[in-house]
Amino acid sequence: MAMVKLYAGFERFWHWSQAALVILMLITGFEIHGTFTLLGWEQAAEIHRFAAWTLIGLWAFAWFWHLTTGEWKQYIPSPMERILAMVKYYAFEIFQGKGHPFHKDRSHKHNPLQRSAYLGLHLFIGPAIWISGLLYLFYGDLGGIGLEWLPLGAIALIHTGAAFLMLTFLVAHLYLAITMSDPPGADVKAMITGYEEVED
Amino acid sequence: MKSFQSCLRWLLSAVLFLCVSPVWAEDSQSTADHSKFEQLQEEFETGPEVTKACLSCHTEAAKQLHKTTHWTWAFENQLTGQTLGKKNVLNNFCVATATNWPRCTSCHIGYGWKDDSFDLSSEQNVDCLVCHDTTGTYKKFPTGAGHPNYEPKKWPPKKGKLRQPPDLQMIAQKVGKPGRDNCGACHFYGGGGDGVKHGHLDSSMHKPNRATDVHMDSEGLNFSCQTCHTTGGHEIAGSRYAPKPSDERGVVIPGQPDQNRATCESCHGSEAHGEEANPKLNSHTDKVACVTCHVPEFARGGRKTKMWWDWSTAGRKDANGKPLVKKEDGYAVYHFKKGDFTWEENVVPEYFWFDGDVRYTLFGEQVDDSGVVPINRIQGSYEDPDSRIWPFKVMRGKQPYDSKNKILAVPHLFGKDPDAFWKSFDWGRALKAGLMARGKEFSGEYGFVETEYYWPITHMVAPKENALGCVDCHDRNGRLAGVGGFYMPGRDRNETLDLIGWLMVLGTFGGVTVHGLGRMVSKKGRSS
Ligand code: HEM
Repeated sequence: MAMVKLYAGFERFWHWSQAALVILMLITGFEIHGTFTLLGWEQAAEIHRFAAWTLIGLWAFAWFWHLTTGEWKQYIPSPMERILAMVKYYAFEIFQGKGHPFHKDRSHKHNPLQRSAYLGLHLFIGPAIWISGLLYLFYGDLGGIGLEWLPLGAIALIHTGAAFLMLTFLVAHLYLAITMSDPPGADVKAMITGYEEVED
Repeated sequence: MKSFQSCLRWLLSAVLFLCVSPVWAEDSQSTADHSKFEQLQEEFETGPEVTKACLSCHTEAAKQLHKTTHWTWAFENQLTGQTLGKKNVLNNFCVATATNWPRCTSCHIGYGWKDDSFDLSSEQNVDCLVCHDTTGTYKKFPTGAGHPNYEPKKWPPKKGKLRQPPDLQMIAQKVGKPGRDNCGACHFYGGGGDGVKHGHLDSSMHKPNRATDVHMDSEGLNFSCQTCHTTGGHEIAGSRYAPKPSDERGVVIPGQPDQNRATCESCHGSEAHGEEANPKLNSHTDKVACVTCHVPEFARGGRKTKMWWDWSTAGRKDANGKPLVKKEDGYAVYHFKKGDFTWEENVVPEYFWFDGDVRYTLFGEQVDDSGVVPINRIQGSYEDPDSRIWPFKVMRGKQPYDSKNKILAVPHLFGKDPDAFWKSFDWGRALKAGLMARGKEFSGEYGFVETEYYWPITHMVAPKENALGCVDCHDRNGRLAGVGGFYMPGRDRNETLDLIGWLMVLGTFGGVTVHGLGRMVSKKGRSS
């Protein structure tokens, strides 16, 4: 076993601020949606609109960082049999006390399931949210880009749908990230300190 | 000693002067003091005599007035081609002017419109004083066909207060610009009483406070009616028959051909909210009328307005055989002459898309009596760039109609003749006489049909701190719950998406919970 620096400073900053912002967006977004009353509708909408720009800015930096450092390669999907091995592990083997089929190292921070899940998050859920969010934000001016035919109901449908996917991701992610490491919480600690014990 | 006396005399006369001539003091910009005019030194016997004196200088005044709706009680709606005006339309208050003239025309700006023979070209019969009296003592007698009483007379008849005739000479000598009280004498009492008709115009507007009307606030901006209802040649801007739901002219400045200021935008522009305000507010003005948020409720001045009037129950007597009148909270809720009423205060308006197109059910038009008959119909939609969501008072009630010919009836209510409903309480006779007066044969069969009448709300603009907030509408059951044609965040959602979404979230949550428990159990099993 060796302590390896897995997560760069920017990556950790990005992860936690993104986590905070996504949770804030979920709370304010679903208040706007009418699911509950917490901050008051006006307040929720104002925070949502303000934080949206912060989140978009953060995502822009993250994309830049991933592309320039080559870290984007961490999200290249693994071969199918390796993904299936993970599925098999989570579905059966874990209950039999069998060992994890994947071992982390510096150039493979994520297991095959994570790689696909995060790729989906960054390539699909994220853009669906910010593109629909921007259309929502500038709904009154869509005529200027020839989109006046696009009804707000459709924009809201995509935005809310992506928000549900984001919330679903968050639930699964929290469970896996907190409990799947050995001991539980080690992954969370790694994302704070940057270092994790890795088998060599 | 002498100087003290003269000082005192000077002081006394100054005080006296200030007391007796408040009007002159207020209107001191005028270059004419009417009390000095020879023509006005006469002992006037009647209103028309005063008018004659006025016209001897103001030679064009009557001709100007003859062209106005205030005089003709007829209005050609350019948009719809309908002929409207009090002379022509039916409403669901006292229904129609025909055959009831002397009572109704106590709010006409003329003298003597007591029947159809009234001469609309008569100059002397224009009533100058009702608008230009500044003393507050000139009052048309309620049944005088536009005349004040020239002898002491009781109102209501017999048991009422004795009204002294107005001092026409004094009033004529003190004429000036119309104030809120002049317009209000009729417009605050439309429908036969204080606040009855509009709900946003009532006696509280004589001297409103800030909360009731920010613009007319008597201790603040203190606008008169004409500040917005700009005038020229006795023509007055702003019309309920042809309202303007949106105004793209922007702020009206001198030099523009159209100086009409009877829209909010003509002073405030169409993006009126300042830098400090939520920027979303200005982006709402292309769809939401100013008054929708800024007149959060009507009848806010402490007076109630009539919301329901059921004529079908009129004519009842109490246990002792006396005509029945029931009052609640000082308001008649039943009157044998008129039927049942409901009154409301601080009323939340109803909201509709509105493009300014108002179409009336004209007299003689067939109505569909299987449902509620609209007295007028409004139009508008989300798609139309000129439409706005607009607040309305919707007056509802039941009124008589010819149930065979299916037309709304004209009840002959007022008069000394036995056909008058308020004399004999016989609907058959009253409707026959009323319909006949408007040139229709009565089938002999009548009934009562429910009607509704849409009144756009424009007055009683509240201070900005009392304007509506987002959540008043952006809510499942908010104020715009019934306004269709568009998606509104907070109100609308796709229920299928919500169902799938929550199933997915809860399913995942359930799944990981079971998974986690399974791991704990299996681990325990292995370690023991
Ligand atoms: C994790 C990120 C986000 C989540 C979970 C989220 C969620 C939501 C939800 C559930 C709604 C209610 C939709 C409805 O009922 O119609 C909403 C509204 C809205 N969202 Fe988002 N959102 C996120 C990010 C963004 C971003 C990045 C933007 C802008 C670029 C944005 C702009 C808006 C706008 C404009 C509204 C409509 C309410 C308003 O006008 O303030 N959102 N959001």
